[in-house]
Amino acid sequence: MTTTARDTVLGRVRDALALAPVPTATVPRGYRTGRTLPDDERLALLTHRLVDYKAKVYPCTGDRTAEVIAEIMRERGARRIGVPDGLDEQWLGAYDGEVQRDSADIPAPSLDALDGVVTASAVSCAETGTIFLDGSPDQGRRALSLVPDLHVCVVDLSSVVAGVPEAVARLVPERPTTLISGPSATSDIELERVEGVHGPRNLVVVIRTDA
Amino acid sequence: MSTFLGMPAAPPRSPYGTGNLRGDRKFPKAAHDELRNEQLRRNLGRATRTIRTKRLGVTGELPDWEQLRDAGSAIKTDTMNRLPELLEQLEQKVTEHGGTVHWARDGAEANEIVARLIRATGSSDVIKVKSMATQEIGLNEHLESIGITPYETDLAELIVQLADDKPSHILVPAIHRNRDEIRQIFLDEIPGVDPDLDNVPAHLAAAARVHLREKFMTTKVAVSGANFGIAETGTLSVVESEGNGRMCLTLPDTLITVMGIEKVLPRYQDLEVFLQLLPRSSTGERMNPYTSMWTGVTPGDGPQDFHLVLLDNGRTAALADTIGREALNCIRCSACLNVCPVYERTGGHAYGSTYPGPIGAVLTPQLAGMDAAKDDPNSSLPYASSLCGACFDACPVKIDIPSMLVELRHQHTEQSGTTAEKLAMKAAAGVMKRPKLFTAAQKGAALGRIAGGPSGTISHLPAPLSGWSDSRDTAAPPKQTFRAWLASAEGAATMSAAAEEGARRTADDHKEDR
Repeated sequence: MTTTARDTVLGRVRDALALAPVPTATVPRGYRTGRTLPDDERLALLTHRLVDYKAKVYPCTGDRTAEVIAEIMRERGARRIGVPDGLDEQWLGAYDGEVQRDSADIPAPSLDALDGVVTASAVSCAETGTIFLDGSPDQGRRALSLVPDLHVCVVDLSSVVAGVPEAVARLVPERPTTLISGPSATSDIELERVEGVHGPRNLVVVIRTDA
Repeated sequence: MSTFLGMPAAPPRSPYGTGNLRGDRKFPKAAHDELRNEQLRRNLGRATRTIRTKRLGVTGELPDWEQLRDAGSAIKTDTMNRLPELLEQLEQKVTEHGGTVHWARDGAEANEIVARLIRATGSSDVIKVKSMATQEIGLNEHLESIGITPYETDLAELIVQLADDKPSHILVPAIHRNRDEIRQIFLDEIPGVDPDLDNVPAHLAAAARVHLREKFMTTKVAVSGANFGIAETGTLSVVESEGNGRMCLTLPDTLITVMGIEKVLPRYQDLEVFLQLLPRSSTGERMNPYTSMWTGVTPGDGPQDFHLVLLDNGRTAALADTIGREALNCIRCSACLNVCPVYERTGGHAYGSTYPGPIGAVLTPQLAGMDAAKDDPNSSLPYASSLCGACFDACPVKIDIPSMLVELRHQHTEQSGTTAEKLAMKAAAGVMKRPKLFTAAQKGAALGRIAGGPSGTISHLPAPLSGWSDSRDTAAPPKQTFRAWLASAEGAATMSAAAEEGARRTADDHKEDR
C-alpha cells in the first residue's frame, strides 16, 4: 500500500501533537455579543461608518425607494442597469432607463457594459459599516454586484445589527457571502487611500428606515 | 487508512533550498546593505508610522479588544490541539459541497498539484490573488518554468511582479517603493500605458485597473490563498480591499485555493472574533473593504470547479515544538512588523523569507529550520531583534514572539556546538573567578582604546570577535577601569557628592510625608 500525502500529513500532525504536549484551551467569549441598539442609533452609526468609507448614503422611507433609486441613476447618468432576477419590481418603478434582469446564462464579462447595478442586502453591521450580501434571489450572483462600476445597495434598517457577532449570527454559512465596507479601495501606494481599483468605485446605500 | 507504527517521529521541516523561506545571506549582512538605502528607510518610516497610528485608533475604539485577543488566542490554541479532526472535517465538508481537497507534504508537491490542475483546464494563464502560502512555496517561479504565466492582481503584488522584485511586507508588499518609482515601473513594464502617466496614486491605480480588467474577464483559472477555512461548514474566506480578490474568486471557471493547514478554524461562529481582530490589526480599518466567503461550489454563481490544496511544508515540524507551535497561531496581520524598530530600519528583504519581521524571525526557522552545519542564513533570524517586546503587545492573538526568539537562540546555540562566542564566554568566566587576573585583564583591555582611534569606536575586530563587530560598532574600552576610577581622587569626590545628594533627598521626602 502506498502512503498518500493525506495520510502522511495527518500522521505528521498526530505525531507532532504526541511529541509536544497540548495545552488545554477553553475559549473565553467575554467579548461583546448579542448587543441591541435603538433604530435611530443603528441608522446614525451605520451612516457615519459608510460615509467614512466614502460611500454615499440615502436614508428614506420604504415608499420612496423607487423615487430615490431613479434619482441616483439620473444623477449619475446610468442609462442601463442590471438587477438580480428576484429584485422587488416596484423599486424600479420610477426608473426610465434600460433594465437587464440577470441570469446565469449572461456571461459575466458582459456585465462590464452596465452603468450600474441595484441589489438588496442580507444583513448589515453598524459598528463596522459592513453590508453582507448572501446571493439570495434579490441580491443575485456575486459577479453582478462586482463588475459594474456603480453599486446601489438597498438596506432595510430592520436588517442592521450593532456589531460583528450579531451579524455573523444571522448568516447562512453555505451561501456565497460577500462583505462590503465602502467602495473598492487600495492603500498600496505610500499608504494613500485610493477608491476603486478593481471593484465598483462607487457604492451608494439606500437605507429604508421603516423596513 | 493510516497505520500507527509505534513511537512518533519528529515531522520534517520544509525542504532546504526550495521555495522562499530562506535568503541567500545572513540577516546582519543583508541588513547592512538595506540600511544604506535612504529611500527605503524614508518610505518605510513614514508607512509604518501611519499604520501604527491608525491601528491604535481603531483598536482603542473597542472596549472589549483585550477579550477579543484572549478569545482569538484560545481559539487558535484549541485549533492546534484538534488539528487532525478539524482538517478531516474541513475536507469532508468541502467535498460534500462539490469541492475537491488535495494534500501537499511540501511546497514542491503543492506546486505540482496546482500546475496539474491548471493544465487540466487547458489554460496557460492564471490570475492570482495575493497569497502568502503561494509566495512561500514559490508557485509563480514554478509555473513560469513550465510555461504557465501567473498574473498577480493585487496592486502591490503587481508592482512587485512587474519590477521583478520581492515583496517586503506581509500586507503592503510594495511598501518599500514610492510613487515615483511605481510610476517608472508602470511606464517600463505595462504595455500601452499612457506615456504622460503622472505619479498621483489615484492615476497609478487607474492604470493598473485598465491593465488587469482584460485579464479578469478572460482568464479561466484563478489561484488564491485563504485567511480562514471553517471546519464546521467547509467555508473558505479571503479578506481584501481592492476587489481583485472578488474578481478572481468569482469570474473564472476554476478556482484553486492553497491553504496552510494551520489556517483552519473550528466553528463558523469563530469568524465573529477574527473579522474584528484581523482588519483592525492589519490595515487599521474597522473592516477591510471586501471579504469573500464561499463553501464548495454554488450552481450558477462563481467557479463551478473548486480545489483546496492543504499545505504542510514544515508546519507540522513547528507544531511538534512545545514553544514554537505558537507561531502557527499567526493570522498574518503584520501588526508586529509595523511596531518593530528593527523591521522599520531594515525593511522586509533583509529577512530573506516570505515572512519578514518579528513573526517571520520565529516562523521561518520553525518551518524551514536553521541548519547550523550549512551556515544557514535562517540561523541569524532569531538574533534579528532587540527583544523590546512591542510585537507581543501588538499581536492580536497574543503570540509571545520575544520568548520564542530567546528559545530559538538557545536552540541555535545548542545546535552550533563549539563557537568562538562559547569559547570567549568560557574564558571570561575563568578570569572573572580570579580577582587578580580580572584586574590585570581590565588594565590590558584599556590598551584596546588605541584600536578605537580618534572616533572612539571600533568597527572591525579580528576573528573570532569579527562576528560581533560585523553587525555593530563597539565602543573602545575606557581609559581606566571603574575600580581604578573609584580609587582616584575624582572618583572619591563624585561618590561623596552623590551620598550627600541622596541624604538631602531622603530628608526632603520625610518632610513631605509629614
